[in-house]
Parts: sequence; structure tokens; C-alpha cells
Amino acid sequence: MRERLRRLEPLFLIAAGGFVGAALRFAVAEALPSSALPWGTLAANVAGAFLLSILLYENRFVGALSPETRLVVGTGFCSSFTTYSTFAVETAALAGLPGVATGASLPLLAVANVAVNYVLGFAAIGLGQVVARVLA
Amino acid sequence: MTDPTLLVGLGGVAGALARHLVGERVEEATYDTLAVNVLGSFVLGMLVAAPVGSDLLLLAGTGFCGAFTTFSSFAYETVRLAESGRVQRAVLNATVNLVGALAAVGLGALVAGAV
Repeated sequence: MRERLRRLEPLFLIAAGGFVGAALRFAVAEALPSSALPWGTLAANVAGAFLLSILLYENRFVGALSPETRLVVGTGFCSSFTTYSTFAVETAALAGLPGVATGASLPLLAVANVAVNYVLGFAAIGLGQVVARVLA
Repeated sequence: MTDPTLLVGLGGVAGALARHLVGERVEEATYDTLAVNVLGSFVLGMLVAAPVGSDLLLLAGTGFCGAFTTFSSFAYETVRLAESGRVQRAVLNATVNLVGALAAVGLGALVAGAV
């Protein structure tokens, strides 16, 4: 029984992190005022990338945090808090793709959405590395 | 009407576990991330284009697909590639994820429209 629980532990940790991550992403999107640009997904993607970066670079530099922490915060929370599919659908909707478009076609805004998610997402990884190095 | 946050959270549990089963190795094994991102975008494209109710869209779309796919691992892996001097592969990774996910959304919407 104890052995079986031990083997299931990673799944519980990922599930718990996944619940909180997805629910919080939804709450963030609901809390932000609605506008043409999907700010909620952008905020979740950038903040989640920053947190994951600290976690993974900490593991490279120091390795003080436990594998359990990486499972619940990294694989569970950060990866569920951030999303690529919602980002892709929102970008396609802005571009006016039939079936998913909700308003007028705004190709420039679609390009801007990709640019800000990519630029700020990569910058968040870089910033997380700096933070992890300072903490190390 | 079920509590929307609960629906999204429950979908998130399933999405995170499914992503784990696909074998996420957050390092430089970027094919796993590409696979979940493209597959999840296809399913979300289908769900958004199909006349599914708002509860199912929250559970399976925002919850499951949103959590199954990941931006944070994608960003980390792309930066790691660039950092280790493989800039071309980093650019390729960023491009293939974007083009693949957008094409998957379009294909999903097409499939949903045809059914």
C-alpha cells in the first residue's frame, strides 16, 4: 500500500499543480478587462515562464529544491498556468480564421499578439535565469 | 451550471497528467512539447468551432487543452537552444511551434465544420 502510494505521488503532485494552474489562468483572464488583445493569456504565459525559469535554472545552478517541488510547481502549475493552444486559437481568431474568429479580422493585432508573447516570454526566461543566479 | 473555475481546474488536472504521460522532459527534448502543443491546438480548434456548450468548452477547452499545451516549457527550451549556441534550431523551434499550432487550429476548425 505504502509502495503503491509512493509510486502515485508524482501524479498527485502534477494533478494538484495542474488544477491550480489552469484555474488561476482562467481567473486571471476573467479578472482582466476585456480588450482586443488577449491580455490574460499573455500575463499567464509571461509570469509562468518566469517562474519555471527560476525553478529550472535553480536546478542547474544549485539543486536545493526537491524533485517534488519541480513536479508540483513546474510540470503541474507552470505548464498548466501557461498555454500554447489558447494562445494559438486567440491568434487565429484575431487573424480572422473561419470557424474561430469572433469579430473583425485584425491581422496586425494577430502579429502583435505573437510578437509580445514570444518577446516577453523569452525575456521572462532570461530574467528568471538572472534571479536564479542571484539567489544561488 | 457548474462553477466555471472548478470545471477549468478539473480539465487542468487531466491536461497536466496527459502531458506528463506524453513524456515531458523539460530540457532540450523539444519534440514532446511540440507534440502536445500541436495536438492540443488541434483539439481546441475543433472545440471552439463546434457547437459545444460553455461547460464543455471550459472543461475540455480552457481546462484540458489549455493545461495539456504549455508555453513556459516551450519558451525555456527555445532559450536553452539559443544559449547553447544552436540559434538556428531555436528559431526553427519557435517557428515550427507557431506554424504547427496555427495550422492545427485551422485543421481542427475545418474538421469541426465538416462533421
